[in-house]
Amino acid sequence: MPTVSVKRDLLFQALGRTYTDEEFDELCFEFGLELDEITSEKEIISKEQGNVKAAGASDVVLYKIDIPANRYDLLCLEGLVRGLQVFKERIKAPVYKRVMPDGKIQKLIITEETAKIRPFAVAAVLRNIKFTKDRYDSFIELQEKLHQNICRKRALVAIGTHDLDTLSGPFTYTAKRPSDIKFKPLNKTKEYTACELMNIYKTDNHLKHYLHIIENKPLYPVIYDSNGVVLSMPPIINGDHSRITVNTRNIFIECTGTDFTKAKIVLDIIVTMFSEYCENQFTVEAAEVVFPNGKSYTFPELAYRKEMVRADLINKKVGIRETPENLAKLLTRMYLKSEVIGDGNQIEIEIPPTRADIIHACDIVEDAAIAYGYNNIQMTLPKTYTIANQFPLNKLTELLRYDMAAAGFTEVLTFALCSQEDIADKLGLDISATKAVHISNPKTAEFQVARTTLLPGLLKTIAANRKMPLPLKLFEISDIVIKDSNTDVGAKNYRHLCAVYYNKNPGFEIIHGLLDRIMQLLDVPPGEDKGGYVIKASEGPAFFPGRCAEIFARGQSVGKLGVLHPDVITKFELTMPCSSLEINIGPFL
Amino acid sequence: MAMHSPDSGSGGSGPGQDTLSTLEAAMADGPVAELLLRRLEASDGGLDSAELAAELGMEHQAVVGAVKSLQALGEVIEAELRSTKRWELTAEGEEIAREGSHEARVFRSIPPEGLAQSELMRLPSGKVGFSKAMSNKWIRVDKSAADGPRVFRVVDSMEDEVQRRLQLVQGGQAEKLGEKERSELRKRKLLAEVTLKTYWVSKGSAFSTSISKQETELSPEMISSGSWRDRPFKPYNFLAHGVLPDSGHLHPLLKVRSQFRQIFLEMGFTEMPTDNFIESSFWNFDALFQPQQHPARDQHDTFFLRDPAEALQLPMDYVQRVKRTHSQGGYGSQGYKYTWKLDEARKNLLRTHTTSASARALYRLAQKKPFTPVKYFSIDRVFRNETLDATHLAEFHQIEGVVADHGLTLGHLMGVLREFFTKLGITQLRFKPAYNPYTEPSMEVFSYHQGLKKWVEVGNSGVFRPEMLLPMGLPENVSVIAWGLSLERPHRRLRDMGQSRTAHPP
Repeated sequence: MPTVSVKRDLLFQALGRTYTDEEFDELCFEFGLELDEITSEKEIISKEQGNVKAAGASDVVLYKIDIPANRYDLLCLEGLVRGLQVFKERIKAPVYKRVMPDGKIQKLIITEETAKIRPFAVAAVLRNIKFTKDRYDSFIELQEKLHQNICRKRALVAIGTHDLDTLSGPFTYTAKRPSDIKFKPLNKTKEYTACELMNIYKTDNHLKHYLHIIENKPLYPVIYDSNGVVLSMPPIINGDHSRITVNTRNIFIECTGTDFTKAKIVLDIIVTMFSEYCENQFTVEAAEVVFPNGKSYTFPELAYRKEMVRADLINKKVGIRETPENLAKLLTRMYLKSEVIGDGNQIEIEIPPTRADIIHACDIVEDAAIAYGYNNIQMTLPKTYTIANQFPLNKLTELLRYDMAAAGFTEVLTFALCSQEDIADKLGLDISATKAVHISNPKTAEFQVARTTLLPGLLKTIAANRKMPLPLKLFEISDIVIKDSNTDVGAKNYRHLCAVYYNKNPGFEIIHGLLDRIMQLLDVPPGEDKGGYVIKASEGPAFFPGRCAEIFARGQSVGKLGVLHPDVITKFELTMPCSSLEINIGPFL
Repeated sequence: MAMHSPDSGSGGSGPGQDTLSTLEAAMADGPVAELLLRRLEASDGGLDSAELAAELGMEHQAVVGAVKSLQALGEVIEAELRSTKRWELTAEGEEIAREGSHEARVFRSIPPEGLAQSELMRLPSGKVGFSKAMSNKWIRVDKSAADGPRVFRVVDSMEDEVQRRLQLVQGGQAEKLGEKERSELRKRKLLAEVTLKTYWVSKGSAFSTSISKQETELSPEMISSGSWRDRPFKPYNFLAHGVLPDSGHLHPLLKVRSQFRQIFLEMGFTEMPTDNFIESSFWNFDALFQPQQHPARDQHDTFFLRDPAEALQLPMDYVQRVKRTHSQGGYGSQGYKYTWKLDEARKNLLRTHTTSASARALYRLAQKKPFTPVKYFSIDRVFRNETLDATHLAEFHQIEGVVADHGLTLGHLMGVLREFFTKLGITQLRFKPAYNPYTEPSMEVFSYHQGLKKWVEVGNSGVFRPEMLLPMGLPENVSVIAWGLSLERPHRRLRDMGQSRTAHPP
């Protein structure tokens, strides 16, 4: 969930009134936001870097507000204020207009070289804008928020904003060999080739995260103006030549990316948010983008879409009884201008370009419910009549757990993920013999594989509790995972029961007795007859030679019990003899 | 070890010793104890253990032993521990009290004609005595004597103050000495201050001069013979802890899991199968209308599999409907308008939520015609690619409830949640609008935390999106409401709220 940090006083000024922290928190809650933290720059720096560094930092009060991940229109002060003001019916939602320039339209021409790396681009112009320091900061911050969220860390979309007065169109969006790209990037004093830049930015804490997007590609994306000035090398860095400042009056915005839909949304959000500061408020100058196939499009789209939803559908989905007129009013408060039309039950809703999150009637229903107030909705119980059933395997597990505890064994809960070593080397097995499922991207060695046996978890639990008085009698009933090409995903869970006895003596008879008790509970009589159980001498690398038996029940092998091999005991950093039992309980269902 | 049984209880007995050894001592100290009781009977109010020892001419420790053994018998005597400080002579101090100070001894050993200094120094008290006698100006040294330095008396007689003072202390009159005098003697290591622990012994409520041993426990013999009627029994120490029963235990968190299962079953919810930790991206994300570029599908957040890397089978006609809904929309939706890739959907992972199991269950439900309403629940493990720390687990348990029926409303969802949380003992709820990729409307559930004095999130909920349900084949007028919470978090929260007191041992 993205968090937006806004200056409290600036926010209140824009909202035209002040709130106590509690009042504002309440307003956020109602609207689906969360006032996460009240802080200041000084406090933040002091927390992260200590009081010394914080000295002199601003102590202006900041509100950190959590924004739902799909509400890109609330990611800056401007949008937040507009959303809340409309919600509180203090202003009407502005109408965003795309206008044609008086002179020539700005053109961005995409060449076919971009196809393999970053094929899409959109553009627009903000004309006669008036920044202040706060507005300028917000403009930069919004781009950063968009980059981090909808743009998926610039992988899907990257934004470049430029001082149009320093450039001369038409612009060309192309892709070139890194060695053929040379320009002075933002915040540098001289020109570098793209190869050099990629090297320099390897140590840049901010930019290093984006290098992988194009790093190994033969061609890098780049945008030139008609004089060969580099505007940007997306998605890494803009050129220094066209950098915007607080005094910039005309801004050329380009968004390049691999997701056309998202590029259009991002452009719409930026221009709708900041056209507020243009001389002609809420108007955006169009730009033309020519695609390699020769087709030409005009951006920003700023599309208003009409949706029709029946009032009784909203009432039925929410569980309220509001008149169509009231529902239309509620929706209008959510930035969705609505009116009742037709037979008096139809509501026509206008979806503005800022609300790309509205893709279905259910999104409209939700907004009506929010405006109505979730906590005003009458709670009722559905009349759904059902008979409850337990999942048989879990039912059996629950029954066994209680009886295992009653038999004097203590239940443990261990991780299903572990290292390869835990299930293989430490048990004297080769990893290939385990048929384990392997994780491709673990952050630590603790999560390399899914366990194929519960035993390592129990032994690790003993190792962590060596100070407890002996004997230690532990058990776990949980799932293990084995590769299995007969299932749709190629792996299958098995419900295992594992118990260990750890003491100065191996206590095989105790573990054996536990097995007898379990079989008694499962109604499996001793004996080789079909339906009975028996243990037969066996061997296994985890067991001491001659002290291992395989358990057969109802005609199939269900597991093993025995005294653990001293090597196993040592590898789990234990010192006492230990016997164990592990069975698959699936066959006893 | 602390128990009620008087055999090994520590209550009631004297300091530092336990009852068992006191009883053994009582046998050995029998005569002393009897003496003590007789003296006590004759005494006026009580007696001091140290004084008694002195009177009887025996070690104080022997009397203390008798006191302790009598104490162990119950209310025969009362003994109050007293500590007194006393000045005692050191071994050297005793010698001086007997034979005089070193300086006096030096003085006395010098004849009127004097003594060679070298000879004097050979005397036992020579060295110390010489310098003290010199500074007392009792003697002088003539260095001009013919056969080396010679020592003479200066005065005819002297008072041996040191000896006199030490004798005073010996006679128990240390208080007659000034603070300064005592500290001077202490510095010379002639005096020492000792702390003496004595008992002030008085008659107890059950005082008797004839000692009868108290029984510790009732025995079968006493019951059959009836001797219990005449025997005194040693009282129990009810302040001691009991012996914990020798038993196994269930895991506290899994006990809470059982409680949640119970609540769902009471509410008529059927348990979904969740015994598949490995899931395809398709069921974990795509089927839930979670777009392929969603951050949750990032390597940083989800454990993907190297082996088996891809799901082998997917329900292909359903997959086609899902693909179309993502990339082009349909079922009244605009869709996400991106290029949906089958390869991405095939990628295997460790399920990040149990909602993947709910999706499978709902898909199976959709294949059964005609539609029958259901209430489902599950509680099982989910996995996130986190580095372990105090607040992050790579594995945790998710609790999920689902109701599918015709015409379910947001009000129904809230009603079910109210019942569910009421069963947990949480009654103060409120709902906050939220965003989840696969539910719309969505609401976070907050509960008022009395301790923190604020609203805290206890769960997440919503109505599954039509884009998720309709491609499965569920009828259009069927709504599915669902909620989820983590087993670990409310476990802690509920404990904080004092709501799950019975869930686990303290």
